[in-house]
Amino acid sequence: MATPTRESTASTARPEATAPTPPATVTLRLWRGDEAGGEFRDYTVENLGGEVVLDVVHRIQAEQAPDLAVRWNCKAGKCGSCSAEVNGRPRLMCMTRMSTLDVSEPVTVSPLRGNPIVRDLVTDVSYNYAVARRIPPFQPGPREPDGTYRMKQVDADRVQEFRKCIECFLCQNVCHVIRDHEDNKPNFAGPRYFARLAELEMHPLDVLDRRELISSDLGIGLCNITKCCTEVCPEGIHITDNAIIPLKERVVDARYDPIAWLGRKIRRRPDPTPAKVAASFAPAAKTGEVISTDAPTRAED
Amino acid sequence: MAEYESHDFDVVIIGAGGAGLRAAIEASATGARTALVCKSLLGKAHTVMAEGGVAAALGNVWPEDNWKVHFRDTMRGGKMLNNWRMAQLHALESPERVLELEEWGAVFDRTPDGRILQRDFGGHRYARLAHVGDRTGLELLRTCQQRAVGLGIEVFMECKIVRLLQDDSGAVNGALGFWRESGKLVAFGAKAVVLASGGVGKTWKFTSNSWESTGDGHALALWAGADMIDMECVQFHPTGMVWPPSARGLLVTEGVRGDGGVLRNSEGRRFMFDYISDFFAKETADTIEEGDQWYENKKDFRRPPELLPRDEVARSINSEIKAGRGSPHGGVFLDIASRRSPEYIRRRLPSMYHQFKELADVDITKEPMEIGPTLHYIMGGVRVEADTAATTVPGLYAAGEVAGGMHGANRLGGNSLSDLLVFGRRAGQSAAEHALGRSGTVIDNAQVDAVSAQSLAPFERDSGENPYTVHQDLQDTMQSLVGIIRNESELLEAKEKLGELDERASKVGVEGHRQFNPGWHLALDLESMLAVAHCTTLGAIERRESRGGHTREDYPEPDPELGKVNMVTRMRDGAVVVVREPLPEMPDELKTLFEEAH
Repeated sequence: MATPTRESTASTARPEATAPTPPATVTLRLWRGDEAGGEFRDYTVENLGGEVVLDVVHRIQAEQAPDLAVRWNCKAGKCGSCSAEVNGRPRLMCMTRMSTLDVSEPVTVSPLRGNPIVRDLVTDVSYNYAVARRIPPFQPGPREPDGTYRMKQVDADRVQEFRKCIECFLCQNVCHVIRDHEDNKPNFAGPRYFARLAELEMHPLDVLDRRELISSDLGIGLCNITKCCTEVCPEGIHITDNAIIPLKERVVDARYDPIAWLGRKIRRRPDPTPAKVAASFAPAAKTGEVISTDAPTRAED
Repeated sequence: MAEYESHDFDVVIIGAGGAGLRAAIEASATGARTALVCKSLLGKAHTVMAEGGVAAALGNVWPEDNWKVHFRDTMRGGKMLNNWRMAQLHALESPERVLELEEWGAVFDRTPDGRILQRDFGGHRYARLAHVGDRTGLELLRTCQQRAVGLGIEVFMECKIVRLLQDDSGAVNGALGFWRESGKLVAFGAKAVVLASGGVGKTWKFTSNSWESTGDGHALALWAGADMIDMECVQFHPTGMVWPPSARGLLVTEGVRGDGGVLRNSEGRRFMFDYISDFFAKETADTIEEGDQWYENKKDFRRPPELLPRDEVARSINSEIKAGRGSPHGGVFLDIASRRSPEYIRRRLPSMYHQFKELADVDITKEPMEIGPTLHYIMGGVRVEADTAATTVPGLYAAGEVAGGMHGANRLGGNSLSDLLVFGRRAGQSAAEHALGRSGTVIDNAQVDAVSAQSLAPFERDSGENPYTVHQDLQDTMQSLVGIIRNESELLEAKEKLGELDERASKVGVEGHRQFNPGWHLALDLESMLAVAHCTTLGAIERRESRGGHTREDYPEPDPELGKVNMVTRMRDGAVVVVREPLPEMPDELKTLFEEAH
């Protein structure tokens, strides 16, 4: 498998100045289809300049293929909805300028390969939401005597790096632990959620110990730090260096601490999570009643 | 009979932005079986776009600050058209709501002594906005999202609600929608419904809003018989990107000005000093020297006019552009590069730095930005009771941008995120209490059949008009005729065009099948946007004055009599009508806050 690399965004030329005579048209080669199969189809539209890939996709929708399925929301790189593979590289379509691509040949846009296909460029990202439900939430210690919580900016900085995450799931898509081994999914949180766990572990106010869960159920040991996740992160979060490696170290510290080891031997480590929270780790109960002879494909997420 | 999937809850919340999530958390905590239904994936709502901060009189930076000052700023910013009780509750409760976020894991920027840092914003007398760099909305949304997930609240993602269901008495008892993914019909029975569906921006051409902002909640309420108020009051944010074309309308945070950025025209002049209205003259610096000293010393100096409320700044920029003193791409210049160090800019405004670098090839630490007004927010909305967020329809509640009244004729920056929290919580609580006192609901299959048939009709019209074309024409109409500066003849022309657009929208056709079909989704959204457009246009015709976000060139001054009324729009016999109704009157003890010398 070719390791996807983050395409250089250091283009210095302005879009209108990249070529003496920009081509009059641009062609996107879009994947069209659903879980049963599909094909790439070419769509050619006028080259307007100053556009991002998502703009061209929208024009194709408006002018040629109104049923072309694509997810997007903010078109400003802040919501992480429009993830796709542009010429094979996992990107946000709204932050990929056409001027950074070679438009003398068709630009290929395909759905994220790591997820099941729903339709066209839309994939099933429900795995990520299921993992999110397995993470014991933030639990703060007591307030200061004056009723406030205090923390230093330098400590906030460390946590804020992870909280920049826009949940585009590009890192989950390229992580080969799950991209190439579907069967690892139940036992592996993936880079997005290791960043979330690192954030909780490093949060100056949090008092919960999640190390056992991280090493056992959430499978930090499966990551062999190839840094694919870090390379595709549109927010530039150092997932491997700042989240995964420190988590691995903390988990090892916990595991080889002889007192903790003895404690585990003598009695099972008490579940660190409140009962209410633990109950929510299980997928929410399906309450949907079907008033139909035709079974619905989904009841909830 | 239509086949549909059915769910039953005590409280169903439509929309999973800040207000919806906060409502869900509260409804669930109050003991109601709660469902959150949203049009996108969880965590993608427009709240993530909020940048500058959440306004709350914590007094961490300026101990002089308190709820009364915040209340006064909010009312004056709204040109006194606000529902005073909402503004009071908002100012009183927002500090508690912000501290609560911290308890749920939010990590705000810190003061040197480790408390929540607050920043300056337009119209706020003191540095009042708790923030996280310039991505405060993401922090708020993620914190509430993680809280809701931790509580195990059920979330139904990518579901478009097309109509509310009502019992014989007219009370709301559910909602009907379609899964975007499969195109199948789904009904939610509910003892109470909370609308938290956000804004209406996609009705206009240049907007900072995301695709979801199509006024769904406004339309659902209107169709269910609820009153709307002051729908003519929409906010054009002064600073949206103007270049490149694909980024046109994208928001540039007010934090740029709060942190020292200034506006200049093509002659390099700080033109805002030429546009200080009498209403704000006493509290605004009239020289550059004074304005520049204010950033460090707020006691002895007055704020620079770049930090006047948004309506004032947007109109001034519009005037400069019209006078031919604009920037090359039809905006003006926003300059922080010449006023603050590159390190400071990158630390305070990381996502603005990133946005301009990536999308426009502009390094904001070295060059000025080109900006111009962009449609950002609607102050008007569903009429609610201040304390309970109840609409005029039993069983229906509204919070956040979809609700009207809180912000009057103009919203101050930072007051939206606090609005979401304060009234999201109140709506969730009231809805839960209402639901717990009611017995089960029965879904009326006749209503389901009628709505289903209407929603699926575009598939029957193979040769119908493309919904994208109708949408573009609607956006052009609203942008050019119901834009930042309005007049009677253009508004009447808009009203007529909207009638034609209604007709065209009722005949659109869509290709393909029901599975994840954006053309069909747009056809459904079009109905909502048209409902909003009618309300805004009628309100704008009737409000023959200029006030806040509503500017009439044929009535350029505020009219004291019209300052005492809401423009109420509602459905009567299948059409939207507008009437004037008096504002709730402020008690005397609060009135005195406005009589004190500044």
